[in-house]
Amino acid sequence: MNKILVGLLFGLVFGALDGATAWFYPEARPLIASILLGSSFKGMVVGLLSGWFARKVQSTTWGIVLGAALGLLFAFLVAATDTLNGRHPYLEIMMPGFVVGAIIGFLTQRVGAPGLARKAGE
Amino acid sequence: MELSDSVLDHLRHVAALPDLAGTRYELEREIGRGGLGVVYLARDRQLDRHVALKVLDSALDGEAQLIARLEHPGIVPVYEAGTLPDGRIFYAMKLVAGAPLDGYLAGAPSLGERLRAIRRVGEVLAFAHARGTIHRDLKPQNVMVGGFGEVYVMDWGVDAVAGTPAFRAPEAQLDRRSDIYALGALLEFVLPRSAAPALRAIAAKAMNADPTARYTEAPALLADIERFQDGLAVQAWSEPWWHRWRRFGSRNAVLLWPLVAYAGVKLLLFLLRIL
Repeated sequence: MNKILVGLLFGLVFGALDGATAWFYPEARPLIASILLGSSFKGMVVGLLSGWFARKVQSTTWGIVLGAALGLLFAFLVAATDTLNGRHPYLEIMMPGFVVGAIIGFLTQRVGAPGLARKAGE
Repeated sequence: MELSDSVLDHLRHVAALPDLAGTRYELEREIGRGGLGVVYLARDRQLDRHVALKVLDSALDGEAQLIARLEHPGIVPVYEAGTLPDGRIFYAMKLVAGAPLDGYLAGAPSLGERLRAIRRVGEVLAFAHARGTIHRDLKPQNVMVGGFGEVYVMDWGVDAVAGTPAFRAPEAQLDRRSDIYALGALLEFVLPRSAAPALRAIAAKAMNADPTARYTEAPALLADIERFQDGLAVQAWSEPWWHRWRRFGSRNAVLLWPLVAYAGVKLLLFLLRIL
């Protein structure tokens, strides 16, 4: 399977699962649908970029590092535009986002076929 | 005139040396001794290179022809065979620089290196079996490991060789499965004391007293070793459930740790909320 597709699929699944944990926060329950949607989208973007990276660089370590960094970055962007009880939930979104990004980065390195190497001169 | 013991010993030694007159080889020294003959280090004057010269004690022949039929990177090639003036048969082989398997183990190689050597031996056996040849006397002294990790299987058995007890299958009629037994014994021999039970099980299956319960062919044994090295379940061992979980954990540690980290993060956030 194409690594970008792998990234999108795992990003969707892990993003959705991460978003679903918001159900445990009673104050976030009314927004669960939009959280799920946003978290899934965020996961897919991280997966897409991690998958693209995995096609270029075959390194589990760097895949995890990039995935974690992307997860952290997008989680920061989400947290910065979101408020929970009148404050930005940086910790609640960024910490899991970091770990989910690392998992997606790992999976895009391990699963799927790497892209064909470009011929010299192309 | 009386001769001293040392002089007598020297004369005996010289008398036992093969007479290489009429051959292109020049004797240098003895490098090995087996049941069928002696191996010498000799120099090929014509090509100016060193060779291993095997001189058989009797007129028994067969190994040279046998090896000549088996061209494989793991089988020492025979350059030439002939008869000495005293009637003994000799053959010149490629000189392999390295140590026999037992000597190789003295260097405390890693488990991976030990298994790699066994896999190379198994590949040679599989090749020979596919050509209808069996070794008959596989043992550590007959496996040479070169300085670059190359592995050679030597001393291919002729009918007179009965095998070495610790590595010899119990059945009287030797066949391919007897070589499988010896390969299993060789595996058991190279395993360190702390070896995984799965590896011991592979060796035990290969060494089963009942030939029909052994691996049917060398590649099947090699496949089981490969499965072990890939962190998969081996056919020779029905592992207990906790072992299966541990194997799964070690195979997927890189994935499991982030999942555990994720659960930890969520737990931490939950605790921060309620405290």
